[in-house]
Amino acid sequence: MIARAPKRVLPGFTLSLGITLLYVSLILLLPLSGLFGQLATLSWAQYWTIITDSRNLASYQVTVLSALVASAFNMVFGLLCAWVLVRYEFPGKRLLDALMDLPFALPTAVAGITLATLYAGNGAIGQFLGFQVSYSWLGIVVAMAFTSVPFVVRTVQPVLEELPNEVDEAAMTLGAGTLYAFRRVIFPHIWPALLTGTGLAFARSLGEYGAVIFIAGNMPYQTEITALMIVTRLEEYDYAAAAAIASLVLFTSLALLLAINLWQARFFRRLHGSTGA
Amino acid sequence: MNILSKLSTLRLGAGLLGAATLGLSLTAPLSASAAERTLMNASYDVSRELFTALNPPFIEQWREAHGEEVEIQQSHAGSSTQARSIIEGLRADVVTFNQTTDIDVLANAGLVAEDWQSRLADNSSPFYSTMAFLVRKGNPKGIEDWQDLAEDGVRVVFPNPKTSGNARYTYLAAWAAAARENGGDEVQTEAYMRKLLANVAVFDTGGRGATTSFVERGIGDVLISFESEVQSISREYGDDSYEVVVPPVDLLAEFPVAWVDDSVRRNQTEDLARAYLEYLYSPAAQRIIAEHNYRVRDPEVAREFSDRFPETELLDVNQEFGDWDTITRTHFASGAKLDQLLRR
Repeated sequence: MIARAPKRVLPGFTLSLGITLLYVSLILLLPLSGLFGQLATLSWAQYWTIITDSRNLASYQVTVLSALVASAFNMVFGLLCAWVLVRYEFPGKRLLDALMDLPFALPTAVAGITLATLYAGNGAIGQFLGFQVSYSWLGIVVAMAFTSVPFVVRTVQPVLEELPNEVDEAAMTLGAGTLYAFRRVIFPHIWPALLTGTGLAFARSLGEYGAVIFIAGNMPYQTEITALMIVTRLEEYDYAAAAAIASLVLFTSLALLLAINLWQARFFRRLHGSTGA
Repeated sequence: MNILSKLSTLRLGAGLLGAATLGLSLTAPLSASAAERTLMNASYDVSRELFTALNPPFIEQWREAHGEEVEIQQSHAGSSTQARSIIEGLRADVVTFNQTTDIDVLANAGLVAEDWQSRLADNSSPFYSTMAFLVRKGNPKGIEDWQDLAEDGVRVVFPNPKTSGNARYTYLAAWAAAARENGGDEVQTEAYMRKLLANVAVFDTGGRGATTSFVERGIGDVLISFESEVQSISREYGDDSYEVVVPPVDLLAEFPVAWVDDSVRRNQTEDLARAYLEYLYSPAAQRIIAEHNYRVRDPEVAREFSDRFPETELLDVNQEFGDWDTITRTHFASGAKLDQLLRR
């Protein structure tokens, strides 16, 4: 007896899988293997010396802290945006919805230059601020927050849409206060998506170069981001050292995303009592 | 609606990939024409205007002499970035750089002949420049010389010597001037350099970025860049905003050119490439170059434009510091002098 394969919506499973694998190999794995090829020319001792250089260490601190602050900001602000876009009807809603993707569409260098101009001491926004934003640590946060906010909005939005108004109404009729309803009914539902979105935003911020470089000021030990340290090594034609620092950023991002995915899988298992989501 | 979150994951993939492949470079804009051959000139970042002015007369000249239509493509980026692109496969026929080291890199990779510097006149550098200061109108901080840059309260703007050839010249010129001032006392020179570097307000990655910070954002008291760049800004904004100061002791910055032997062989453009670079030495081209505020080799043209270029003692970088390999090793490599001076 030949077992009949279950009917699929999309025909040609083997073909589409083949194309997918080819695509992944060409676009993702091939450049990555180039990175590892460069790494292979280094000994562990050399690798260690490069990634623990004091200036690089300072850049990790600047990058990670800025990315954390930017992501925390986006977690709150992104959730708010998603909430407004899902729960309310108002004129210009479609426009606002479309605007949310602007940071993805705009070349990051353009974003960086624009933000630097706006927040400079003589800029449209900067002149009203009593403190320095452009060419300081705060500027890096602004640039990172700008480029990564869609990650939070776009991951939370669909989850919120699946959560009808009736849910919070039901909670209220059962005697929950607004804060209690949000904390115990709505928040647990959107929390995994919010965390995923924030995680994506954080990972993106770690690697952001174009937008940050124009606003950071790039002072050694103070406002140098890790991506700049990579570019600096490239300028010295030191591909291996550039790859070493890049690998660190890559592994950090991958580890973070993996952790979020694992946590999410556990969450869904708990939620649905089954293996998959 | 779950498609959206899938999309985000995809985008993240793209983002990571972007991080992994930083250093991709740009190529020249496309243009359609009936040209029989094209010549690609890979040049440094701020030479757009110069070569846009230089190319049409050459095309004209070539048409008259050979009856052939040629097209010249321009590609602009930092010259180290350009050198890297060529090593990675950009088939530029000629390079017109602002750093000798970047052509040496091509020579080491076997793409340009080892003796490239002796193939054309004047070290293969048809024009040159030096470092100059752009100060705000009236020169409120009284900046006349390299020593003045290290004074307390002076905010200096120049790009990062790690990422910009322009800034490497600034660093070396300041070093050479200080060494001359104190009779070659290394301890004093390093103390001076430390103060100068501590006065830097912003480290942009390239020359144009530094110009923007100084001019558009109003940061700093003095911008240090190539005289050509500084003169152009001063001319563009009129004399009532800025003043140009050329210090009494300065460094001669060569702008080397070469044809890329490997590319011209594949593209069969050697005659064209060679003629193009030789054309840069012709009086007509030298005049255009001088108009763009570069100092030129042709004595006749140099005299014509002498009022634009203040007299200054121009030191030879190789006489002061040795060959570029040595300079890179002692000053700019990882952990070398510059890194030590910046260390907290």
